Amino acid sequence: MAENETAAVQAAPENPLRVLGTAIAAAAGGAVTDVELARGGKELVLRARRDSLLGLMTLLRDDPRFGFEQCVDICGVDWPEKAERFEVVYNLLSLAHNQRVRVIVTTDGNATVPSVAGIWACATWYERETWDMYGVVFAGQTDLRRLLTDYGFEGHPLRKDFPLTGFVEVRYDEELKRVAYGPVQLTQEFRNFDYLSPWEGMSTLPGDEKVHLNRLEGPA
Amino acid sequence: MSGTGEIAWNKDALPPGPAQDAVVRAVTDEMTDKGFVVANIDKVVNWARTGSLWPMTFGLACCAVPMIHAYMARYDLDRFGVIPRGSPRQSDVMIVAGTLTNKMAPALRKVYDQMSEPRWVISMGSCANGGGYYHYSYSVVRGCDRVVPVDVYVPGCPPTAEALVYGILQLQKKIRRTGTILRG
Repeated sequence: MAENETAAVQAAPENPLRVLGTAIAAAAGGAVTDVELARGGKELVLRARRDSLLGLMTLLRDDPRFGFEQCVDICGVDWPEKAERFEVVYNLLSLAHNQRVRVIVTTDGNATVPSVAGIWACATWYERETWDMYGVVFAGQTDLRRLLTDYGFEGHPLRKDFPLTGFVEVRYDEELKRVAYGPVQLTQEFRNFDYLSPWEGMSTLPGDEKVHLNRLEGPA
Repeated sequence: MSGTGEIAWNKDALPPGPAQDAVVRAVTDEMTDKGFVVANIDKVVNWARTGSLWPMTFGLACCAVPMIHAYMARYDLDRFGVIPRGSPRQSDVMIVAGTLTNKMAPALRKVYDQMSEPRWVISMGSCANGGGYYHYSYSVVRGCDRVVPVDVYVPGCPPTAEALVYGILQLQKKIRRTGTILRG
């Protein structure tokens, strides 16, 4: 029985997500730079070129083979060590075919990403949130206001170089008779705890170096 | 006053029994006899205030859920005369239940300013008490006492409905202790 199953798995056709990804890449004509499968072949991830994003997205929505009529989510990722530090991630859903795809484009702090609000109307809020949190500018987005942060907020808080506690805090000012802003004053600094246990954290106990060395390299 | 001594107000409420019956009988006798009862006005005012603490509902986050539990049938704050109001003009106490963000702070202060005096504030939960989990966040007020004066802090994350009820009872005690008919 087990052997039969193994044989069936081996004889099974290629992962349908891989087939879908290849088909999209072929249809998009160079817009897709990379097709990967994430999470053990359960999720299809396409990396796309920023300048041909709109054509790819229109194709994904309108081509009946793909039919991604829903944009579930748009978000950003910050990789400070990369040349183009920001990723914009689009999660699309096709109810007709019961399939999902993730499209990723990269950008730096200055280059704009074309807005997909003309393709999915719901994208406006997602793009506003991504702009608010990461400072990624979406070209063609007519309503690029902040979505979540405070009125008059400065900076983009989910950038890795944004300090955790920010720059301003609020308090009620008795003289001004209103809530006023002031610089952050902490009575106690933020403490970063190391949650390694003493046994794991201290890799070499005093006097135990030889044992530790043997454990790493094997007994001599 | 009748010969039995002072009438016991809810400051030192009597348990049901002969003593309570005697007080009730004395008041009733006085009513039938003279047609009126004499009492201290500040105690009457305190009795009225503590018996109808109408809170401004200010559920900001998950703490609103135990607050709603306290209002609903099981804990039933109606028995203490606590009826949630949707308008600050009708409210006596504001229960700040949840994380107060920088963006929300001016709105909270405005609602507090709109409440008629005397007014009290209960800070419910870690976030409202001192920022709690979000103390070091860029967007959260580190305690709602930076924005409004707080009378009672209810600790917990979130506090249970019992804890909130206890906080309201503590506020009643505070009103009875410090109550005044002067505007504060």
